[in-house]
Amino acid sequence: MAEVLVYVDHVDGAVRKPTLELLTLARRIGEPVAVALGNGAADTAAALAEHGATRVLTADAPEFADYLVVPKVDALQAAHEAVSPVAVLVPSSAEGKEIAARLAVRIGSGIITDAVDLEAGDEGPVATQSAFAASFTTKSRVSKGTPVITVKPNSAAVEAAPASGAVEALSVSFSAGATGTKVVSRTPRESTGRPELTEAAIVVSGGRGVNGAENFAIIEKLADSLGAAVGASRAAVDAGWYPHSNQVGQTGKSVSPQLYIANGISGAIQHRAGMQTSKTIVAVNKDAEAPIFDLVDYGVVGDLFEVVPQLTSEIETRKG
Amino acid sequence: MSLRIVVCVKYVPDATGDRHFADDLTVDRDDVDGLLSELDEYAVEQALQIAEEADDAEITVLTVGPEDAKDALRKALSMGADKAVHVEDDDLHGTDVMGTSLVLAKAIEKTGYDLVICGMASTDGTMGVLPAILAERLNVPQVTLLSEVSVEDGTVKGRRDGDTASEQLEAALPAVVSVTDQSGEARYPSFKGIMAAKKKPVEALELDDLDIDADEVGLEGAWTKVDSAAERPARTAGTIVKDEGEGGKQLAEFLASQKFI
Repeated sequence: MAEVLVYVDHVDGAVRKPTLELLTLARRIGEPVAVALGNGAADTAAALAEHGATRVLTADAPEFADYLVVPKVDALQAAHEAVSPVAVLVPSSAEGKEIAARLAVRIGSGIITDAVDLEAGDEGPVATQSAFAASFTTKSRVSKGTPVITVKPNSAAVEAAPASGAVEALSVSFSAGATGTKVVSRTPRESTGRPELTEAAIVVSGGRGVNGAENFAIIEKLADSLGAAVGASRAAVDAGWYPHSNQVGQTGKSVSPQLYIANGISGAIQHRAGMQTSKTIVAVNKDAEAPIFDLVDYGVVGDLFEVVPQLTSEIETRKG
Repeated sequence: MSLRIVVCVKYVPDATGDRHFADDLTVDRDDVDGLLSELDEYAVEQALQIAEEADDAEITVLTVGPEDAKDALRKALSMGADKAVHVEDDDLHGTDVMGTSLVLAKAIEKTGYDLVICGMASTDGTMGVLPAILAERLNVPQVTLLSEVSVEDGTVKGRRDGDTASEQLEAALPAVVSVTDQSGEARYPSFKGIMAAKKKPVEALELDDLDIDADEVGLEGAWTKVDSAAERPARTAGTIVKDEGEGGKQLAEFLASQKFI
């Protein structure tokens, strides 16, 4: 059966959820062969096998951490040569997209980024994408070379599908350009203990109406009562109330959770671009005319400083 | 020696307009006003700041696009770029990222460069991969998605804030850089700048000038094919209540009914 290369996003051997979702999509097209690179690469095998990887190609070398992107492109290219897959799937992180794009140039392929769904088709995999701030849905395919497709988090369910997941060492020779961009230092982001924004099932966001960094505590409390990630609009981030890493919208993260709760967010097009594909949308805003209310399944026109704490305490009461 | 900076910019339909697809499933450019992609303004701004720090620098702003794309070049020139290159050719209609990057790479090589600066993504296609592809095509280091950037003694340095870590990066010139919207507010063109821009040179190039065949670009030459584009159905109108003191509880009731609690 045809094989599909799946690039593994992991942290020291812990496989991140979007990769497991990719395995679900890869199985629609062929047998998934995973490629895991860097520190802990071999430790990914058990989780990958559990979710359908028939083989796990691994490579570790200091270059993967010490230099930007290119060493990983070299490795993925080596895997492509070794496997001759019918498609290459990569998680749509910032780095994932860059790796995929450079690989596509090298192997003479077209690239599709930020797919939200993937199906097998007569002329190769068909990718669904959202366009123009998610106001359109397109279906596309790669028409030259081995399709290289990056897929957004939350695009498929994680499914158990046990396979052998045999670990094989991938032989990689680094290109002359591999050491071009040095990573001089790396400061890990401090964990908040909350789910990763792009992977979370529920996202609770705050905007201009939150009116100050200190007030984000009430947004965080609501998020914690639901086990949710915290997001922020660009207005709140630009004002310095919340970190840019939590920004939802065109220049921040694009999220597609089961439930999105927008608090004090008017719903400008740039914000909608990052959350419009959420399954259920709820908003609290004191302005009844705010465009966010055009999107909601349920909206409360009111003061978020009254409504949000009441909601949080009601949730806690109901949970017992 | 002069530091040669090339800033790649894109002319895009206004994101606040009613954007849609044309009949051939390319981006419709007729019914929505176009402008310099907002995210490319940050690239122009960083180019200007790097040039101000350098003893001697020249900024060329480069675009591939239709006739009206000149507006984007003029905006960048009025912000302070020195000259512009506009690649325009009827055969370019429908070109995807692989073709566009090929054209840009050839035009950058023809112009001559030490540093290429791009925005983090376009506001219409939003792929965000063009800078990485340019680095691959030009065979120079990629120093991308920077929220801080500086150039000193032939080295570009910057901070890349990723999902899991913040990284300090460093590469020797020549290199391709992209900057995020966190890199610093872009300046507004001054009246003097707008007047001066009218006299700055805009070089027009066609595919022939870059030794690119028509079949390497355009809709037919594209490496991807869009089979369909459908407007997302409007979300069905939801329930909207006014908070009369019980808004939080009502919302909790809704969330419970949807099994979120």
